[in-house]
Amino acid sequence: MERRAVRGRLTWQVATVTSVTQETGSVVTIALDPADWPGHRAGQHLDVRLTADDGYTAERSYSIASAPGEPVAITVERLEDGEVSPYLTEELRAGDKLELRGPIGGYFVWEPADGGPLMLLAGGSGVVPLRSILRHRRRTGSDVPARLLYSARTLPDVIYRGELDQDHDGAQVIYTLTRSQPPGWTGHTGRLDQALLAEAAWAGEANPLAFICGPTSFVETAAAGLVGLGYPPERVKTERFGATGGR
Amino acid sequence: MDALDGNAIGGLLIDVFGAEMTAARSTCATCGDSRPVAELVVYRQAPGTVVRCRTCGSVLMVFVRAHGAIDTDLTGLASLSQPDRPLSGEQWLACRTSTQARIGQVGPTR
Repeated sequence: MERRAVRGRLTWQVATVTSVTQETGSVVTIALDPADWPGHRAGQHLDVRLTADDGYTAERSYSIASAPGEPVAITVERLEDGEVSPYLTEELRAGDKLELRGPIGGYFVWEPADGGPLMLLAGGSGVVPLRSILRHRRRTGSDVPARLLYSARTLPDVIYRGELDQDHDGAQVIYTLTRSQPPGWTGHTGRLDQALLAEAAWAGEANPLAFICGPTSFVETAAAGLVGLGYPPERVKTERFGATGGR
Repeated sequence: MDALDGNAIGGLLIDVFGAEMTAARSTCATCGDSRPVAELVVYRQAPGTVVRCRTCGSVLMVFVRAHGAIDTDLTGLASLSQPDRPLSGEQWLACRTSTQARIGQVGPTR
């Protein structure tokens, strides 16, 4: 059957993996070199498709970890019993090919002109699109105040820790560790709740712009909490992922 | 099965509508709740995708991939609007010729 590209359509393409970098014990960042990439916006994602020898296919969406203008990269967490993530995190090597399409998404995106102050809330690997936003903010020289509240199980589970611990041109990074803490830990502990939000988030009077990404329960708690602090609901953007993988 | 949200079907919606639709505003035909498509509740189980209202749980959209087409049911929606960037005639045409759109009586008639 003849196939032709339709304008406004996403076309699957084969990209070359240029590097695979271990971020934590179960998380890797995969840099990609797609032949046809129109450029992405901070917060967007792409779809990955794996095809088995028998023709069975599995598709997942992964947030783009790099900033606009940087080479495309995704960060993938290995999920037990996952169909796609074990291959991506353990088998994939530089030089391999990966089928993808993108960039995708027009809601969970940030441009410097959207302003702030930016309140970013990450649950686990939900930090990935928020890292793209932070990098975009830095690369564009934006002076929008930014704060990242990042909930992780343990300190070794924090993705991009080396990068986040550096000074991000005034961006503040606040961790809460939910499962265990290293000796001498003076930061926050336990799951995100209203008390932590009230302490760590910008006040509602500042008319902040919030981006929340994480598991559904985290996102619901965070979104309701911010609205409770006076954030305008239309300025609280959410992205949820499930245990079946992706983002 | 875990629920995702409308962000996860951005690619699928481009397949169906020929345009970015996650920022489009949806209105539930059952309860009238209005919010961005990105915030709707999504269940993906190949070959089908079910999109539900976050407020009342009604089914808003169903997409089924079969035989190279995407069967689309939008009867649960009262409206789907993208005021800033309406679909072009070309995009609608592309949508209608490449999918088997089965769009029933759209509107809060129940």
